[in-house]
Amino acid sequence: MERSKEEEIKKDYLKMAEKVGPSSSFLKNCAAAFIVGGLICDVGQLVMNYFLSLGIPKDEVNSYVAAVMIFLGAFLTGIGVYDNIGKHAGAGSIVPITGFANSVVSPAMEFKREGYVFGVGAKMFVIAGPVLVYGISASIIVGLIYYFIR
Amino acid sequence: MAEKKIGLQTVKFKNPPSIVSTASIVGPKEGEGPLREYFDLIISDDLYDEDSWEKAESKMAREAVRMALKKIGMTPDRVDYLFEGDLLNQITSSSFVARDLKIPFFGLYGACSTMTESLSLAAMITDGGYSDYAVAATSSHFSSAERQFRFPLELGTQRPPTAQWTVTGAGAAVVGRNGEGPYITYVTTGRVMDFGIKDANNMGAAMAPAAADTIIRHFKDTGFKPQDYDLIISGDLGQVGRQLTIDMVKENGYDISQNFTDCGIEIFDSDRQDVHAGASGCGCSAVVFCGYLYSQIKKGNIKRLLIMSTGALLSPTSTQQGESIPGIAHAVAIEGRI
Repeated sequence: MERSKEEEIKKDYLKMAEKVGPSSSFLKNCAAAFIVGGLICDVGQLVMNYFLSLGIPKDEVNSYVAAVMIFLGAFLTGIGVYDNIGKHAGAGSIVPITGFANSVVSPAMEFKREGYVFGVGAKMFVIAGPVLVYGISASIIVGLIYYFIR
Repeated sequence: MAEKKIGLQTVKFKNPPSIVSTASIVGPKEGEGPLREYFDLIISDDLYDEDSWEKAESKMAREAVRMALKKIGMTPDRVDYLFEGDLLNQITSSSFVARDLKIPFFGLYGACSTMTESLSLAAMITDGGYSDYAVAATSSHFSSAERQFRFPLELGTQRPPTAQWTVTGAGAAVVGRNGEGPYITYVTTGRVMDFGIKDANNMGAAMAPAAADTIIRHFKDTGFKPQDYDLIISGDLGQVGRQLTIDMVKENGYDISQNFTDCGIEIFDSDRQDVHAGASGCGCSAVVFCGYLYSQIKKGNIKRLLIMSTGALLSPTSTQQGESIPGIAHAVAIEGRI
């Protein structure tokens, strides 16, 4: 009896808290993510076009572009700009490969004070790690499925 | 029956201890806020000439204690007890202060409720006749808290509107057996309340039930009414937690909407400083009390104050394991004259 009354109070409270708490502006966030994410992709496309104009073969150019974009993401993280972009852009700057660079460089910078082994080394993939684990696992599974149904 | 206890959770002091001195140190962002003129020291670099944020936090805490003692011409060796805590693992900021100052030390963990937790205990030990001078202190640092509880600073994440900003700051108050006030007259010790909030980005809502419970308990135990206080101020409920607390207290028949605010709302300018729902951290209520509120009581602008620091008792591990966030709030009544 006592228990169920407590559950009731908790349930009411969660509803009440939800009502009082301001919610994120869905449209504004989507628009910002779309525009910034799109701009990052535009930069990638520009870089790609430039490399293609230099006569680099099409199947190699993707790696070139990825390397440049990773450098840009890491550089902007290093000079403290990327987190300010992320504040407004949200997923728009997390999803592209620059966001991946940011997720590796930012903990590496942060944990330098704990030393290069137990700090930088151990913490570098603390955010990117799960992405790698599940990204690679998923690609293996998809690859296996493709192999058998081909 | 304990002779100084009234009601269920409140202590009424027979010889109200005096807060004889306070000091506050804040970081650069807090130093741009509306209360800047009341802080003793605004550090221009949040590393405070140290090589890590943890060291900077401990230094702020140590210097705040030193400064509070210096204002009344005292040295650490004359202090009987130091009650101090902080947010970092194993409360190292505080124990390193005690290591340097060599004051007999009780380390506390009450999350952001530490300012009134330490004041409560300092007042009790003083009124009990065990101490002439006890120091209550606490600290927090935005960057050291972020890396322990959330993400690296340079990670490009988006904070939801209910999120709060950890204050970089430290406050210390010297509680004396004899003095000319302001006096600590009542202490209401809070219970841990948990209404099931799991979102670590909504700590105001997680702590509001504890805040409301302590306020209601304080009024019931003492027989006071909201209008008996010039100001009732919580530690770091933020905008969301403040509103929830007002609503819950009202359901129990007390209207605090006229004279209740929150240190986390007052310390930053929410339009200009991009802190979302307000400030948080041990340092929040510590610097607002030791800086702004203490001087207002001294000047007589506030005659009776109820300050109640609020704490969210979570850890990164408990959050990851799906536990909800328990909250706590301790109330301390402070009067300019008795």
